[in-house]
Parts: sequence; C-alpha cells; structure tokens
Amino acid sequence: MQTAGDVKVVGKATRYVNVIDFLKKYGVGLALVVLIVLNCVITPNFMSVNNMWNIVIQSSTVMLVALGMTIVIATGGIDISVGSIMALSSVAFVHFLPHGVWVSLVAAIVVALFFGFVNGGVAAFFRIEPLIVTLATMIMIRGIAQLITDGRVVGFIHTEFTQIGYYRIGGIVPIQLVIVAVAIVVVYFLLKKMTFGRYVEAIGDNRKAAQLAGINIHVTLIWVYVIAALMAGFAGIMETARLSAADANNMGMLIELDAIAAVAIGGTILTGGRAYLWGTIAGVYIMQIITTMVNMNNIPHAYSMVVKTLIIIFAVYIQRSND
Amino acid sequence: MNAVKGFQVGAFLKNYNVMIIFVALFTFASISYEHFFTTLNIFNVLKQASILGLLAIGMTFVIITRGIDISVGSVLALSGVLAANLSKYGVLVAIVVPLVVSCLIGIVNGLVVTKVRMDPFVATLATMIGIRGIAFIATGEVAVRIEGVSESFYFLGRGDVLGIPLPIYIMIILFVVMSFVARYRPFGRHVYAVGGNEEAAKMMGLPVDRIKIKVYVLSSLLAGIAGIILASRLGAGHPVVGDDYHLQAIATVVLGGTLLTGGVGKLSGTFFGVLIMSLITNIFNMQGNISTWWQNVLMGVIVLLVIVSQAAMNREGRGVRGWKGRFRRLQQSGV
Repeated sequence: MQTAGDVKVVGKATRYVNVIDFLKKYGVGLALVVLIVLNCVITPNFMSVNNMWNIVIQSSTVMLVALGMTIVIATGGIDISVGSIMALSSVAFVHFLPHGVWVSLVAAIVVALFFGFVNGGVAAFFRIEPLIVTLATMIMIRGIAQLITDGRVVGFIHTEFTQIGYYRIGGIVPIQLVIVAVAIVVVYFLLKKMTFGRYVEAIGDNRKAAQLAGINIHVTLIWVYVIAALMAGFAGIMETARLSAADANNMGMLIELDAIAAVAIGGTILTGGRAYLWGTIAGVYIMQIITTMVNMNNIPHAYSMVVKTLIIIFAVYIQRSND
Repeated sequence: MNAVKGFQVGAFLKNYNVMIIFVALFTFASISYEHFFTTLNIFNVLKQASILGLLAIGMTFVIITRGIDISVGSVLALSGVLAANLSKYGVLVAIVVPLVVSCLIGIVNGLVVTKVRMDPFVATLATMIGIRGIAFIATGEVAVRIEGVSESFYFLGRGDVLGIPLPIYIMIILFVVMSFVARYRPFGRHVYAVGGNEEAAKMMGLPVDRIKIKVYVLSSLLAGIAGIILASRLGAGHPVVGDDYHLQAIATVVLGGTLLTGGVGKLSGTFFGVLIMSLITNIFNMQGNISTWWQNVLMGVIVLLVIVSQAAMNREGRGVRGWKGRFRRLQQSGV
C-alpha cells in the first residue's frame, strides 16, 4: 500500500517523470557545472583563484543587465535599449564629474530613470510592442550620448571613484562580486518575495487576465522598465569606473543580446510568465565561461560565437521538450 | 452624413499613411534642396535603399507570421564573404554557393523555430551570433577582396541598365513580384492565415510548420542576394557589415504598417517605409550641417513619433474601448 508520502508509486513511469523534472529544474545549473569541470580538465590555469575572479569581474556588467532583463522578459516584453542607456549614463556621469562624484552619480541614475520611464510609459500607455519602442529609444539614446561627447572617448582622472573598478576587499575579493551579489539579492526579493514579482509573472502569463484581476498593468510595466534601465545605469557606472572613460560609441554595444541570451538559456520564456532568476545567473556564467574557455585555449574568438549559438539552441530545446 | 464622411477620411489616412508621409517628405525635400530632385541623387537614394529593401521584403513575410528574423545582417555578411572567397572560381560559383548557403541557413532558422519550438527572436539571435562567427572564421576577421572575377560580377552592384542602376531594378522587381505573391498566390494567403491565427490555420489543414520554414528561407535568401550585391558594389566581402541592418529592416516593416503581432501587413507599406528611411538619411545629408549624432537622435525620435501616431490612429475610435476612453479607464485603474 502506498501512502501520500511515497515517491516511487508506479516504478518506471514515475522515475521517468522525476528525471525530466530534475533536468528542467536544474538543467542549466548542471550545464554550468559540466562546463566548469570540462574546463578544469582541458584548460590550463582554469582552476586558479585569479581566473575565477576574472570571470566574476568580466561578467558583472552583463549580469546586472541580465537581471533587469529577466524581469522585463517575464512580463512578455523586451528591452534592447539597455546598451544605449549604459552609454548615456556613463556619459552623464563623466559630464557632471567636475561637480563632484555624488552629483555625477545622481545624474547617471536620473538619466537611467528617465529613459526607463519613457520606455515603460510608451510601451504601456500606447500599447506599442516593447521591441519597437526600445528599438527607437535605443537609436535615440545612443545618439544623445554621442551628441554630448561629439563621438569621442572622454577620459577622466578620479582616483577614488576608479577604486570601484579595481578595489578588492581584503585585497582579494573584487568589489564587483559584492555589487553583483547585492543586485541578485534585490532582484530576488523583487521577483520572488514581493507581490511585484507576482504581478510581473501574471502580466507575462496573461495580460488581460491580470488586468481583470485588478493588477495595475501600466504602473507595473513602468516599474519594470525603470528597473531594467536602472540596472543598465549601474552597469554603465561600473564600466566607467573600470575604463576611467565614457565611450558613447562602443559602451554597451550589443550587450542586450548577451543579456537576452542568458535569460533565454536560463529558462524564462520570451513570451513571458515564470521568471527563472537562477537560470539567468547560470546563463550569464555559462556564456562568460565559454568566452574565457575559448580565450585561454587560444582558439579564435569567432569559434566562441558558434559555440554560444549551439548552447542557446540546446538549452532552450532541453527546457522546451518538457512542456 | 458628416459622420460617414469623416469616417472615410479617417480610413483613408489610416490605410495610406505611409505613402502620405513619403509624399510629404519627398515634396519637402524637393522644395528645400535644389540638388535633391536630380537623377544622380535619386538614384543614389534608391541604390542605398535597395539593400535594405531586399531585407525588408523578407522581414515583412516573417513578421506577418508573428515571427522575426534578426539573423539577416549576419547572413548578408556571410553571403558577401563567401562570394568574395569563391570569386576566384568564377561568377557562377560566386553567386550560386552563397545563395544555397543562405537557403540552408533559412531552413535551419525555420527548423529551430518550428521543431525546437523556440521563440523566433531567440532562435534567430542564436543563428545571428553563430553565422557572424562563421563569417569571421572564414575570413580570419579581415575583409576579403574580390579577385579573379570577370566584369560581370561587378555588374551586379555597379552596373546600369538603361541608365538605371541594376540593384534598383532588382529591388523593384522583387517588391512587385512578392507583393503579387502575398496577395494573389496561395503561399501569400497561407502566410497571412498562419500569422492571423495559427491554431485556426492548423485546423484548416494548412502545413503551418512548412509555411513558417519557407518564410525564413525567403528571408535568408533575400539577405543572401543583398549580401552578394553589396559585396559586388564594395569590391570585397566584409565580415562585419550588416551589424544593425536587421533593426533598420524591422523599423521599415513596422513603419509600413505591418503589426508585430502578425497577420496584418502590406509589402507596399514596407516599400514606402524603406523609402522614408532612405529619404530621411538623404535629407540629413542634404542639410549638411547635421552631425551624425543628431541624425541618430532624430531618426529615433521620428520612428517613435510615426509609430505612436500609427498606434493612435489604429485605435477603434471613440468609446470606452478606444483612444478617448483610455483616459477614463486610466482613472478607473487608479493611476
């Protein structure tokens, strides 16, 4: 006699289901582990602490953007203007630096907030596809950034601020790890512990139903895009610290694609719904490790692009076959 | 009586808004710049537009099926690179092989979207990255000069027929043909059906998956043709071209009135969308003193304005469900 607590009720069938569920839940994490193990074996110096920190540092920008992107995609939307927002925040920061670090920080954040508001507002109120809205703002915002700097790279010298790019706690732990950790905690709370997260996933699942259930679509969507823009702004500030310069032409270029790829690998479906936060995080590291792996093994960069393609297709395929 | 009349004006505006915007811009440009209405300038504009135009045709079909294809830029680059690499084997090989490869890529795209059931954006994002990578590998990340090929190859991108550049002919012919196909051939009808309501199309017995694959093949094939023309014009295959062509293509398609949600769209709209984008760039150039950066800003603003006004015009008019009712509903939802 089987009681409710027993797992293996009907032998083979149940075990099969368990494996699929396991894969679906932990598939991405598993892939990440496999990648790490593979690299430890075939890549020289992979296991070194230095390398680990490098991976954390190099992926930190994409991580921030991807976290924000997860929320956006969970509502069924998309934001391809994040790269441009990064650039403009960076430019705004450097522009106001003569007035002090705090003023420039505020300027950068205000810029991000404003355009996040524009993105969300237009997408929500005018009911235009987020892809198109953020396409237009992407072109516009980068144009503004290039306008302010006249297309040149604007460098600066500010020893205290540049610390943010290179500071290591206790001489060992890169500060990026802390920034990323804080961002993850914040987004985790937003998505999983607060009603906001429920609203986000509800809108992504069925916008009409969410509206009828009383969720304020417009306000929620605006918040979503504002958060994504804020993340991009912070990422821009972080990059600026590392570069000691604002490069309106190149900063954040194509980073939205890395972010979207990470989110897709992580399991969040582009049509919206359940947000797989840990999946996104794993996705970011998978992409970064592929890049690192290709670099350290002296393979031309172009091959990493092909590998990434296969990984994305494979990852989504694994998750889809479970529906 | 007046209400009926007003309705007609509204409908006219809605259906032909792209053409109206184009005519307005064209008139403005002709009046404002004396060098605008010259054969040389107009041919230049059309030549530039032809590459984008080819991409936009394919993109229109894909978007009508509720999909998207952001890999077109990469396909264009790879096609050009292949054409350049194989140019030493003669014109025929240099043209046929890239086209075949483009078709194969289209099949891959279609398969990933239909069999793996991936979201088209992510699927074509993946292929975009991969194809760009292959293009880099094939050239060692440098541009490949076209050599050992007869004049006939250069004719594609640089030649004239009756005084009009060949690429323009290609673009117009393809627009006309594909417009005919979209409207009067079964394939076109099927594409609209799949985009309008996929479930219904499936239940009607349409081979939905096969139609989708064909649409992606069409998109990639056109991108391949565009790539060959571009390589012919430049005299080399660059692996880095087309970086944001897919975005421009999407913009022109949406400007033309095709909805991203699928099922609705006209190639004629896309055609004018392409012309409008090229016209705006040309106007910027004519103006002379607008820096490139301002052009980007203005382009973004213009695209946004056009789209917003289109969205506003497409609302079902008055009433609580429509545009004017928006504000009443906003109040009710407590914003």
